[in-house]
Amino acid sequence: MAPLDVTAIKRDFPIFNRTVRDGRRLVYLDSGATSQKPVQVLDAEREFYEKHNAAVHRGAHQLAEEATDAFEHARLNIAGFIGAKADDLVFTKNATEAINLVAYSFLNATLKFSRGKDLPDGAERFVLAEGDEIVVSEMEHHANLIPWQELADKTGAVLRWIGLTDDGRLDESTYANVITNRTKIVSVTHQSNLLGSVTDLAPIVKAARAVGALVLLDACQSVPHMPVDVSELGVDFIAWSGHKMLGPLGIGCLWGKSEILAAMPPFITGGSMIETVHMESSTFALPPKRFEAGVPMAAQAVGLSAAVDYLNRIGMAAVAAHEHDLTQAVLRELAEIDGVRIIGPKDSTNRGSAISFVLDGLHPHDVGQILDENGVAVRVGHHCAWPVCRRYSVPATTRATFYIYNDMEDVQALADGIRSAKKFFGV
Amino acid sequence: MYQEIILDHYKHPHGKGLTEPFDAEVHHVNPTCGDEITLRVKTSADGLIAISYDNQGCSISQASASIMFDQINGVTFAAGEQAVDHLVLMLQREVSPDEDILGDGIALEGVAQYPARVKCALLAWMAWKDAAIQASSKGEAK
Repeated sequence: MAPLDVTAIKRDFPIFNRTVRDGRRLVYLDSGATSQKPVQVLDAEREFYEKHNAAVHRGAHQLAEEATDAFEHARLNIAGFIGAKADDLVFTKNATEAINLVAYSFLNATLKFSRGKDLPDGAERFVLAEGDEIVVSEMEHHANLIPWQELADKTGAVLRWIGLTDDGRLDESTYANVITNRTKIVSVTHQSNLLGSVTDLAPIVKAARAVGALVLLDACQSVPHMPVDVSELGVDFIAWSGHKMLGPLGIGCLWGKSEILAAMPPFITGGSMIETVHMESSTFALPPKRFEAGVPMAAQAVGLSAAVDYLNRIGMAAVAAHEHDLTQAVLRELAEIDGVRIIGPKDSTNRGSAISFVLDGLHPHDVGQILDENGVAVRVGHHCAWPVCRRYSVPATTRATFYIYNDMEDVQALADGIRSAKKFFGV
Repeated sequence: MYQEIILDHYKHPHGKGLTEPFDAEVHHVNPTCGDEITLRVKTSADGLIAISYDNQGCSISQASASIMFDQINGVTFAAGEQAVDHLVLMLQREVSPDEDILGDGIALEGVAQYPARVKCALLAWMAWKDAAIQASSKGEAK
């Protein structure tokens, strides 16, 4: 596989034309939070507004037709990127909303069931009884933890979680204890946003299947960085965001198996998601429209579709291989700096390029500040995964994340920045 | 931003460590980065507020707590509040730093250039204000 031509890729990203902090080269190592955008994505969004802008799925004029075509073509293209059918892909505001959509399907099914109301066929899977169990892991982003905590709180279900090993992976030895015949859903990350560890799916899917539980995968850190084909994962849902994969802000995706989406009551309600409406009651559209109330984010969908085209041109296998090389280089460089401790797997096997570390005697905020003064943009804090910090007894970490526009020079800039922080603070 | 005086307070913080008795205790966190402070106040008969605290976090939040202790430990609520308000305005770049009010706290002026760090600088002072108000409302309730 040919290595990525990072110089050529960078030319597509206008943001790299600017400098930061008094003329320094921008070394952007925060793609795990949000990626930068190539001009192809920006152009696609602009072209939608300049030439085709209209509210989709409404109106019969030419612009409305063009806008609807653009939106639905984007759905087809984005679904294809993960090996899915267009009708099984729901657009949401972001990945957080996508996960909430599933959590609220449980809540809404449970509430309606308790009042004897009509539910879609198959919705019993979403009805929770007191003592039913919801399983997450200790490495979840808050987006895949709080919605389930809240769901448990409102329904009397019990939230259980899979613990972590000392080297930053899911503790498989606990699956049999944590996933029980009361488990209704297992919702775990595909790749930890803090630790970088990639989940070995087969054992967890097997354990969930054995008890008839649904499986949701938080794919925010996997879909942008590695080939993902839903037909091979064996899960029921994946949720991810567009803005971490070169796409615009304001669009996320939920993929679900057809029959399971069809069994779910709606989450956000209003226009577009209906079949018939009377003053007394209404019926709802089939998925995906059932879950897309209001005028949707068509321009963002078109932009995300352009991002998919961009990634397809490079090839996701090549993206993953590039990041794997960078990950190996970072792990090697950081291992040479005294006082640096990696929080997460120290080897690059089954590991993505989110690399968190702490520096003895220095708070991550201060490390980040010195890096920033050197033009190196990293994230500091708990990365919306506070329990992970607790698990490894650190208040916070500094995190560098890598993408297609990063190269070995960026790895060196990170290592140099850490050394200058050490020197400055005398640690 | 990292002036020598700030690094000094960070490396050798003043007044760190919780004491008893106390009238009110608060726990404030900076949820974006995990800085934490536990702060206690004890008001004397003549209205002077003694502070004790324990904290963890970045150099700015640690240094700022140490400076806060120097400046407003054992002062009245009005005097402490004046310092807090002045610090807030300084960090919003609305007043120039007044050394009589803030002491070493004027060295925190550079933090204003880094909006992400302003919360770090304010954490201890806001905790003090919260605790002092809680203590005074308890006092009134008696």
